[in-house]
Amino acid sequence: MSTIAATLRSNPLHDWLDDHPRAATAGRWLSWAAVGVLAYSVLILIYGKSPLHAFQEIWANTLTTSYGLQDVLVRMTPLLFCAMAVAIPARIGQVNVGGEGQVYAGGLLASGMAITFTSWPAWLLLPAMALAGIAGGGAWAGLAGWMKARGWLSEVFSTVLMTYIAILAVSALVYGPWRDPTSSNYPQTPQFVPAARLPHVGSTRIDVTIFIAFGAVFAFDWFLRRTRYGLEIRAIGGNPFAAQTNGVPVSRYIVLAMAAGGGLAGLAGMAQASALQLHLNTGLSPGFGYLGFLISWLAGHNPRLIVPMTFLLAVLASSGDILQITQGLPSAIVNVLSAILMMIVLLGRMQRKAA
Amino acid sequence: MSATTIASIAAITLALMPSILYATFGEIVGQRAGVVNLGIEGVMLIGAACGFAAAVVTGNSYLGLLAGAGAGVAFNMVMAAMVISRHTNQLASGFAIYFLGGGVSMLIGAQYIGSDVNGLGQFSLPGFSWLPSPWGEVFQQDLLVWLMIPVAIGIWWLLFRTRWGLRLRSVGEDKDFSYAAGLHTARIQYQALAIAGALYGLAGADLTLSYTKTWQDGLTAGRGFIAIAIVIFALWSPLRAIAGALLFSLAVAVGLQLQAQGSPISPFLLDMLPYVVTIAVVLLWGRPKAFASPAGLREVFSGTSK
Repeated sequence: MSTIAATLRSNPLHDWLDDHPRAATAGRWLSWAAVGVLAYSVLILIYGKSPLHAFQEIWANTLTTSYGLQDVLVRMTPLLFCAMAVAIPARIGQVNVGGEGQVYAGGLLASGMAITFTSWPAWLLLPAMALAGIAGGGAWAGLAGWMKARGWLSEVFSTVLMTYIAILAVSALVYGPWRDPTSSNYPQTPQFVPAARLPHVGSTRIDVTIFIAFGAVFAFDWFLRRTRYGLEIRAIGGNPFAAQTNGVPVSRYIVLAMAAGGGLAGLAGMAQASALQLHLNTGLSPGFGYLGFLISWLAGHNPRLIVPMTFLLAVLASSGDILQITQGLPSAIVNVLSAILMMIVLLGRMQRKAA
Repeated sequence: MSATTIASIAAITLALMPSILYATFGEIVGQRAGVVNLGIEGVMLIGAACGFAAAVVTGNSYLGLLAGAGAGVAFNMVMAAMVISRHTNQLASGFAIYFLGGGVSMLIGAQYIGSDVNGLGQFSLPGFSWLPSPWGEVFQQDLLVWLMIPVAIGIWWLLFRTRWGLRLRSVGEDKDFSYAAGLHTARIQYQALAIAGALYGLAGADLTLSYTKTWQDGLTAGRGFIAIAIVIFALWSPLRAIAGALLFSLAVAVGLQLQAQGSPISPFLLDMLPYVVTIAVVLLWGRPKAFASPAGLREVFSGTSK
């Protein structure tokens, strides 16, 4: 019955696409991009602005000027870290929703080092801060992973709830004991000493952690494909029960993968405080953790796709600010658009599988 | 602690409960039908924004409640269409709904920043009005507070005492079997998510129409996720959910009361209380009782499409 129906429904275009998987993939990506551009245009039109004009502004202010390109790259660093924070646990089926909280936890510990050991030289203080950032984010996510591995509490909820706790902890400190007594209005820690500031690349605003971010993506890709641990991770991702039966320590991998992901998010928090803001305040992250979640899902948790997806979302995030300044459009349009992109990709992926 | 303090904590606790409890009810109905919606937060924000907008425009907060519930249904149908008809991943779709709701609610709410509403009227039921001060004031509450227990019983009755509820739960336990038994599984799940959407919308509208009475971005502050945690604690029963929501609201109310009394503890540490309490409670009571969860939760079912 179903074969008859399938024959009746058969379509020369679909047959051709089935025979040419690469063309099908390219076509799928192109159609998603087209729907995305269309959705963005409709959103801009709703606010009575010209989409063409808006796209011109975005093009002129992101990719074609040095300042615009820097802005995109500066955003890419924390986004890459936060996407990896979601992608690494996702490869063994763990959903880390708390990247944002892990950024704050890492930023908190790293800033604590920066304002405590002000007399340390840079070669000692910066690595110590980086390790503190990794430890903070790693512990925050690792704790959630541990509760999951013991079968106590799903990481989906614990990571979300712990995000609120981490942000409130930063607030409590910067409004309380860590508050800079000389800064009267804005609650923040004292400015970091020069030894606690990450060096930048040349004279740009891009800091050196961008190399660590790209390095982490490529290292994870190599790790997954070329090491026995990567094989075991892929085995757990495929079927955790089968992996457990074959002697893979699934619980340990859950804790470690969560901690590794959280550690990278924590490093993003350290870099935000140390390279860009130069102190800790409650605005450490404007939602990098959440965007990282979107990126990882858009990329299917595949490190090779994370780089282009991060680039895309960084341009998009940048475009939100540009439209807000040049066209007076609300920046929340970008949140709406990222959500629509994610829905398009989810729908597209499922459609392929069902067909 | 003086009687006034206890009475005021009790009053705040009761006033805080609906925003969390209706969301929990909605998630129980949805999960009993086999759909996890992690996008509650987004649907609540839409309900909060639309309810508030409607109340500002019409000047009537009850119309605001209706608008919030309606917007919740409409928005939850997006989730339903994705996971039921298109078989997308439930967790990821929930998050897409969360982001979308957050963004759209900001766009709607931006026009109403600075507006305020009278809010839902507070009244006492006849049985409580004779109580002496300060206890009488505890029971000066609005409609959504008074409806909590009737709605809980109503949902319990729907799920466990009606034919429709039996079908809904059977879909949540085993969709293939239910389908083979002749149930229209997709229709039942759509119905469940419509009811859930209305309840999320009410929960969100309660926040803007009764609690804050103004609009601010992201004002749900994780209540949607806490509601999901309470669903686990409540073992998917609407009656036990009341206890969970009570505990969460009590944690918030105690924090607020301590702040009002000028406690030396940082207000931010007190604000952590509900999240810490939620994690602790689920750890203590919500642990491995997997048998209580609907067996078919999150399963993708293809039904007639194959």
